[in-house]
Amino acid sequence: MVAVSRSRTGRGGPPPSAAAPGRPTGPKGVTIAGIALRTPYWVLSGSVGLIFLAPLLWTAVASVGPRAGTNQVDGWGFGNYETLANYQAGIWRYFANTAFVALLAVALTLLISLLGGYAFARFRFPGKNILFLVTLAILMVPYATLLIPLYVLLNQVGLENSLVGVALVLTMFQLPFSTFLMRISFEAVPRELDEAAMVDGCSTFSALWRVLLPAVKPGLITVGLFAFLTAWNDFMAPLILINDSERMTLPLAVSNLRGQVQGVVDYGATEAGVVVLALPCIVLFLLLQRHYVRGFMSGAMKG
Amino acid sequence: MRVTAPSRPPSAAMRDRARTRGRQALLGWLYATPTAVFVVALFAVPLLLVIRMSVSRWPLLSGDQGVNAPDNFVKAVNHRFFTDSVVFTLKYTALATVLLLALGLGLALLVQESSRWNNLLRASFLIPSALGLASASLLFYVLYSPYASPLAPVMDRLGVTFLGSPTAALISTTFLIVWRYAGFYMVLMLVGLQGIPADVYEAARADGASRWQTFRKITLPLLRPTLALTTVLCVTGSLLAFEQFYILTKGGPDNSTITVVQLIYMVAFQGQNDLGVAAALSVIVLLALVLINALQLRAFRSEEN
Repeated sequence: MVAVSRSRTGRGGPPPSAAAPGRPTGPKGVTIAGIALRTPYWVLSGSVGLIFLAPLLWTAVASVGPRAGTNQVDGWGFGNYETLANYQAGIWRYFANTAFVALLAVALTLLISLLGGYAFARFRFPGKNILFLVTLAILMVPYATLLIPLYVLLNQVGLENSLVGVALVLTMFQLPFSTFLMRISFEAVPRELDEAAMVDGCSTFSALWRVLLPAVKPGLITVGLFAFLTAWNDFMAPLILINDSERMTLPLAVSNLRGQVQGVVDYGATEAGVVVLALPCIVLFLLLQRHYVRGFMSGAMKG
Repeated sequence: MRVTAPSRPPSAAMRDRARTRGRQALLGWLYATPTAVFVVALFAVPLLLVIRMSVSRWPLLSGDQGVNAPDNFVKAVNHRFFTDSVVFTLKYTALATVLLLALGLGLALLVQESSRWNNLLRASFLIPSALGLASASLLFYVLYSPYASPLAPVMDRLGVTFLGSPTAALISTTFLIVWRYAGFYMVLMLVGLQGIPADVYEAARADGASRWQTFRKITLPLLRPTLALTTVLCVTGSLLAFEQFYILTKGGPDNSTITVVQLIYMVAFQGQNDLGVAAALSVIVLLALVLINALQLRAFRSEEN
């Protein structure tokens, strides 16, 4: 599953933290005594794991369960999801809005960081280091500090209230991580590969497209995954940049949904909203776990 | 790609090389153009604009009304929630950073060894981090409500609510953040632990070091670069907290949980509608953040010597 494996071979015994204190390594979990000694560890760690899963599981179950004051008063069923579906412009509209923002942001992030990473890893040009540093400096600037002037700027260029504007802004916020990751992905590919291609008469672009693209595909998957998760879930950019209820994104819509019916919060519909929001992310996470973890690791290595 | 043919006279070879370098620069810029366009149009220009806005009268609806420096900064600092929000943000940052780093390291040590069971645990610690902060906040909004929570009977019996008092609201929100981010910090810690060579532990074991001694004298010092990175990340993220409080507590109860970024949002879009003052606040936050990060990096660096 998660691809962080310890590379400590030839070392007996558990690392200093592991459970079963002071136990010399025998064949793991074979003897009854071994199992008995390890049981507290399993119980302890298992319950910690359960704490992390419980809120998610509970929400999923409760969203189809009965509760007074919701659309699902008794029995089990999808009443809460019906409330959600009929909320204002309808859940499908918000779902489509969010998907549009997320996919556009992913496409732009992939394109820009692919070309940018290639430029930073393989070419020498004046201003290269400054451009790279300024790109990374985006990380240092608070979200809100940029969103206030961006609100003014986007209004001036006719992108007020626009999902395209939100996607552009989210792409920019994604650039430090993705440019950095694509640069190190390209640098990890031996230069001989593209040089050989160019000796064979490839242009730099076809060397990138035919030879390097397959080699940096894992990096692209990580970049795309992170861009998707960020854009899908982002709350603050649409909160500030969008004020038309037709164009709200899903997180905004579910958040606004709470105070609708005469100030009484429909908890059931909120739960259903959380499930709709979380499900794509969790599925993607489970499918692409390896790439997800690698993204974190590359972030750690630069420190 | 530099091809210098040995048969040619040296001057021609040099000209050739200069031409390749020129071509390189041109191509490099060509590929870097999209990055440059985004960085300039959506980062550099807004950054300059926010500075200009911070010294101008700039109501939300009527736009630029000319320079009024330093009114916005005076108004920002004198805002009735300014001091409270700064104090609260710092308090929250300290609490969240300590808890997240300790828990991240603890979890990493717990699942350090690779086994099927530990992989399963790692995945379950990490799943919450796939959720957006807004989704996680909405989830806990239901979980903490006195009506819908599965813990409602417990709350009733003990006579406490999760978001009822300032302290409870702070603790509850911090719990949400720990739940959402602990897995993320665990992975960073795992990467750091992986970088510690096995033979150092081996030597400690041979010298008869206890578990605690090994942790204090080997794991922690050798983990310093990772601890520096995670501290900077966590402090930065916590200082800029917004969604969790905006969704979960709305700044309440009694305006006790307003963070600095929430104050910026309030000044800009809720009631006051003054983008100038909001920009001034943003500039203050930006400067504070740069300063705090510089201090942290310096502290970690000087410790190293």
